[in-house]
Amino acid sequence: MPKSKSAYSVAGKKGKLDTHIIVVWVDNEAGVLARVVGLFSGRGYNIESLAVAEVDSKLNISRVTIVTTGSPEVIDQIKLQLKKLVPVHKVASFKREDKKVIFKEMALFKFVSNSKKMKLAVKACKKFNPVLLDETNKSCVVQVTALRREIDKMAVNFKKYGLKSISRTGAVAMTRGSDVL
Amino acid sequence: MPKLFTGAEIVFKCLEDQDVEYIFGYPGGAVLPIYDELKNFQSIKHILVRHEQGAGHAAEGYARSSGKPGVVLVTSGPGATNAVTALTDAYMDSVPLVCISGQVPTHLIGTDAFQECDTTGITRPCTKHNWLVKDIKDLQKVIHKAFEVATTGRPGPVLVDIPKDIQFQKTKYTSFKKINKKLNGNSHNYFNQKDINQLIDLMKKSKRPIFYTGGGVINSGPKASELLRELVRATGFPITSTLQGLGCFPGDDDQFLGMLGMHGTYEANNAMHDCDLMINIGARFDDRITGKIDEFSPKSKKVHIDIDPSSINKNVKVDLPIVGDVKQVISSIIKNIKKTKPNFVNSNKQNISKWWLQIDKWRQKKSLNYINSDTSIKPQYAVQRLYELTKGKDTYITTEVGQHQMWAAQHYKFDKPNRWMTSGGLGTMGYGLPAAVGVQVAHPNKLVIDIAGEASVLMTMQEMSTAVQYSLPIKIFILNNEYMGMVRQWQELLHDKNYSESYTAALPDFVKLAEAYGCVGIRAKTPDELDDKIIEMLNTDRPVIFDCLVDKQENCFPMIPSGKPHNQMILGPEDEKDNKITGKGKALV
Repeated sequence: MPKSKSAYSVAGKKGKLDTHIIVVWVDNEAGVLARVVGLFSGRGYNIESLAVAEVDSKLNISRVTIVTTGSPEVIDQIKLQLKKLVPVHKVASFKREDKKVIFKEMALFKFVSNSKKMKLAVKACKKFNPVLLDETNKSCVVQVTALRREIDKMAVNFKKYGLKSISRTGAVAMTRGSDVL
Repeated sequence: MPKLFTGAEIVFKCLEDQDVEYIFGYPGGAVLPIYDELKNFQSIKHILVRHEQGAGHAAEGYARSSGKPGVVLVTSGPGATNAVTALTDAYMDSVPLVCISGQVPTHLIGTDAFQECDTTGITRPCTKHNWLVKDIKDLQKVIHKAFEVATTGRPGPVLVDIPKDIQFQKTKYTSFKKINKKLNGNSHNYFNQKDINQLIDLMKKSKRPIFYTGGGVINSGPKASELLRELVRATGFPITSTLQGLGCFPGDDDQFLGMLGMHGTYEANNAMHDCDLMINIGARFDDRITGKIDEFSPKSKKVHIDIDPSSINKNVKVDLPIVGDVKQVISSIIKNIKKTKPNFVNSNKQNISKWWLQIDKWRQKKSLNYINSDTSIKPQYAVQRLYELTKGKDTYITTEVGQHQMWAAQHYKFDKPNRWMTSGGLGTMGYGLPAAVGVQVAHPNKLVIDIAGEASVLMTMQEMSTAVQYSLPIKIFILNNEYMGMVRQWQELLHDKNYSESYTAALPDFVKLAEAYGCVGIRAKTPDELDDKIIEMLNTDRPVIFDCLVDKQENCFPMIPSGKPHNQMILGPEDEKDNKITGKGKALV
């Protein structure tokens, strides 16, 4: 072990990292997102993606969905820290591999090319619920919903069809079956 | 038509309803409407500090010594940013503070107006919660909520930012009935009988148990300390305490092993390392306590009693978490022991007798010993004399941060909670003097001493002026070694004695400085005159700066070097001479 030259101990062993989806119900008020996100950055936790919007306008509740990686201890700590925030009502989390939960991300692809390539592009999206949102004779905008890695793949593969611009959301999640979080 | 009140009036009506007696603050443009109302509320006294950081620390001292929340009032911009250190300090050490800050008028927010800053943005990570009040109708609700958040669960600081136009606007005020929900009430208890039974089972089986207690016991109220004493006596187990927990168990009791951690006693740290059952009550496995995490108390079952669920398993994985208010958990444990094993302490004596023999062996090391001198005042000796001469006086001690703080923790024995105010988590130099001001405000007739270092105390020295203004007879007992002692010690041990910038070459004459502030200066240079000078200080009923010239080279021992486990301590120079240091610790001496 190298001799430590500081007033602090050296880092211990690191646990195995897993990807988790954390869902947080918060009061929809000014600065609430900054509190949630600031907690992550302040404590050195990672955010892979983030999706947030009001889900109950009557009760003024927003649902925040955060994809993060961390050891089981870190994930537990994130959840406990989130629960301490005053505007946070509830926190839930799942592993990405969890079969009981559906995760989806949405992406908008803009293609600028000829009609033949654009047709091929829409066809290639077929598995991911493509919706043609806008079409001109040299461009189109396609909406797809898919998993993160699928969108990642499309983003690379569709270059050949004239993909010029991508806009995508963070993951949102919902449990399967009749269970409600 | 009900009577309408301005925002400024509502602030004070809320403070009145919260039974606030003192606020610590500093006026400025954006809080002038609030200051204008001060004269109309006789029950609330304002203590004018000399710097907003001082207001924050004074409020901390007030809160920690009285158990009531401290209230701070500052202006926008620099007023708020100056308070940030104190808020962070309070956040780390779980001190209930309510900070009210002025803000530029709402229509100017975001325009980089004069003395504007994003106060809620800046203080978000150093408060439990903060609010920017944009609607006068919210003001009352927000202030009362602020007090609730600050004082319930694990206490901490909160901030309410009030734009100047809101302070002028008018609305109704409905008298607030303080809900008789007790501080840290049942809503924070998540433990059940099964947990308690499991704990008692572990206690019965344990051959090498130890209680490890912290500031949570003090935050749970004086009753918690009483119950802790009952529990420790009912079990016969040894007990050690963190820096913040000092006072919840009598420091001179036989069952008390002294403070643990980086500068804790040999017996406390070794007992923590070798125990088979560790019962953590209201402490948080801080890195100054655990040393190297991977080798922290490897053979023990660990129980953690804490009100804050996020403290559990944060640094150290525990076997039995009990989330709840310390007072109620301990009371539940005692009830169960009384019911199931009324004579536990005697029937269990045999079980842990070997453990006590081992602890006594460690005690023989007398790890707090130092080599005294006839010619120069040893800092440890100064603290010991101060202790002996103030023992029976129910003294309140604050400290700055550094060697003197550790010597105070090691050699001053506390026997009551709320008598020891020190910046542990954040380690804020300059904490002790303003904290002493706050303590003296809360306890006007008690003896309040700040055990200080000359470097720390200069950071907030201006608050002497506050002490003089309000005739607060605080005693600033400076262990003056002309060095930033703890920095110097680390440089000696770890940086090849390269004393980079840790010597203060131009110190003020503290006696003359005291006179300049209008208080009393006393200097002690030799061990012979020390007692007389201390007595002179104690007999002075005005603020005193005591310049105690101590040995410049003295190091604070024992210590756990960084990255080492508890059982590899460096002991003091006497031990060094006998060449008794073993293990890797030696490489670092």
